[in-house]
Amino acid sequence: MYERAAFLTAGDSAVVVEYGDTIDEGTNLRVRRLASALSARRDPGVVEIVPTYRSLMVHYDPLRLSRAGVEAIVVDAEQHLADVTLPPSRVIEIPTVYGGDYGPDLNDVADWAGIPRDEVIVIHCGREYLVYMMGFMAGFPYLGGLSPRIAMPRLPSPRTRVPTGSVGIAQEQTGIYPTETPGGWRLIGWTPVRIFDATHDPPVLFEAGDYIRFVPATAGQTQAIASQIAAGAWTPTVRHRE
Amino acid sequence: MRTIEILDGGLFTTVQDLGRVQYQRYGVAVSGAMDSFALRAANRLVGNADHAAGLEVTLLGPEMRFAQPAQMAVTGANLGPSVDGRPIPMWRTVAVRAGSVLSFSGQRDGMRAYLAVDGGIDVPVVLGSRSTSTRSGLGGFEGRPLRAGDVLPIGEPVGARAVARRTMRPSDIPSYGHDHRVRVVFGPQDDAFSDEGQSTFLTALYTMTPHSDRIGCRFDGPRIAHRTSADIVSDGTTLGIVQVSGDGMPIVLMADRGTTGGYTKIATVISADIWRLAQAAPGDRVRFDAVNLDEACTRLREQEAVLDALVTPEATRPATPNEDVYDEDAGGGLAAEGFGDLADALDRTGWGRSQ
Repeated sequence: MYERAAFLTAGDSAVVVEYGDTIDEGTNLRVRRLASALSARRDPGVVEIVPTYRSLMVHYDPLRLSRAGVEAIVVDAEQHLADVTLPPSRVIEIPTVYGGDYGPDLNDVADWAGIPRDEVIVIHCGREYLVYMMGFMAGFPYLGGLSPRIAMPRLPSPRTRVPTGSVGIAQEQTGIYPTETPGGWRLIGWTPVRIFDATHDPPVLFEAGDYIRFVPATAGQTQAIASQIAAGAWTPTVRHRE
Repeated sequence: MRTIEILDGGLFTTVQDLGRVQYQRYGVAVSGAMDSFALRAANRLVGNADHAAGLEVTLLGPEMRFAQPAQMAVTGANLGPSVDGRPIPMWRTVAVRAGSVLSFSGQRDGMRAYLAVDGGIDVPVVLGSRSTSTRSGLGGFEGRPLRAGDVLPIGEPVGARAVARRTMRPSDIPSYGHDHRVRVVFGPQDDAFSDEGQSTFLTALYTMTPHSDRIGCRFDGPRIAHRTSADIVSDGTTLGIVQVSGDGMPIVLMADRGTTGGYTKIATVISADIWRLAQAAPGDRVRFDAVNLDEACTRLREQEAVLDALVTPEATRPATPNEDVYDEDAGGGLAAEGFGDLADALDRTGWGRSQ
């Protein structure tokens, strides 16, 4: 983590405020604190705040606010970061059916790791993953902290079609595909949970800073959940994290 | 409800406004018009707010029928717009009768034309915008490009008399051509490139490839050398940011870009020059020129002044009875006059209004 924020120019309408060049929870927490502080201020001319792993991008209107003005706002917000109280982190449970047609790469991951497939599942669902940020596509969570034991690299060539709800891994990341898309992650499971829904605001089930825990489920259980979701009669299990 | 019926969708016609802001933190792409200058001009011509939704027409135009009378304007690329088979002037408000059919005869200059109709295209607002994100199947008309049989709802008109025959000054109408100079500001990761790599980027000629689309403009040309790795821990993106991956080729991220990216970004195209890339076609040649932030803002203010001039009195001629309706009787004269303006604009050499 840098001692001071670095301001990087991203054209005439955006500035990157960078706190580090690594993926770690401390740097990410500082990013989320600043994002929260800046969002609360609602400074005229600040258009949008986009937090990522280790930096945040401030989009601004250059006809209303100068670059120096943006930096002054950020520096001022940083003076008061200690006063920022982030909402308590939540843990959102994602029922997931592993292997078979739902997770066609589970056996390959087990072979790569040299462990039985059930152990891959135990390792994958055995911890809570921090949502560092969302990106790539609407609702796609970048989850850090996957065990190195199952951290298999991406497919050599991406699939042309990854179904909505697929749960994948790629090196030390794991994630959920919110919409069907081409993709290169190893697919080990599937969830019926709709993590992105454009008719809701906010449109995603979680926020950066929340945690996700995958909970193993049978194909029958996930189909039952899918029916409840279709009927609007399902809500995820959410608890506050200590 | 006022409507437009699509008779032929054209190559790739989508509903776009100025984009979906405030949801990038959820990974929701901004989308919106590739050439927002042209869309805003069209909206101002017909008396709409800048953020009203219009149609972005790509290369091969659609065909559509107006169910009710409307004031409309076509701006951006010249794809040969006609009403009921007669050419119409661009960058100018044109009145159409109920039943009139708008079609496009073929590309003459540029890639993307914009159609604004008084009242705006009134598709549902999704996460604050009517823009189509085809990648997510979000917004616009059912989240997809238009096709035959679609019926587009149009909002309530703003008053035909007030906007009749509004026109852009001929000297303000951009021409596009096939050689483009695009100004950039260095950063955010220019220090990831060697001095030689930075100099290659600014001196070489890059050719736009056929893989370019609303997500990004891709280029072939001399390799831009990195000083460090081409990969970084993913961070934010913005309109016009120039990403250079390990192969050393620049990709300028455009309207449908992902909100985050893990490649080094050498520079960012200035806001006032985005339209040049939006209107560039595969095979076109682009040279990148570095400017500082002050100049980028000066150019942007100049562009805003052009848009502001659209609603000043000298640009708004009073309409005489019947003159503002585009039909068999009045249309020929209007068209000839309009194309005269456009021909003047196309005859001009150089790089258009802001150079």
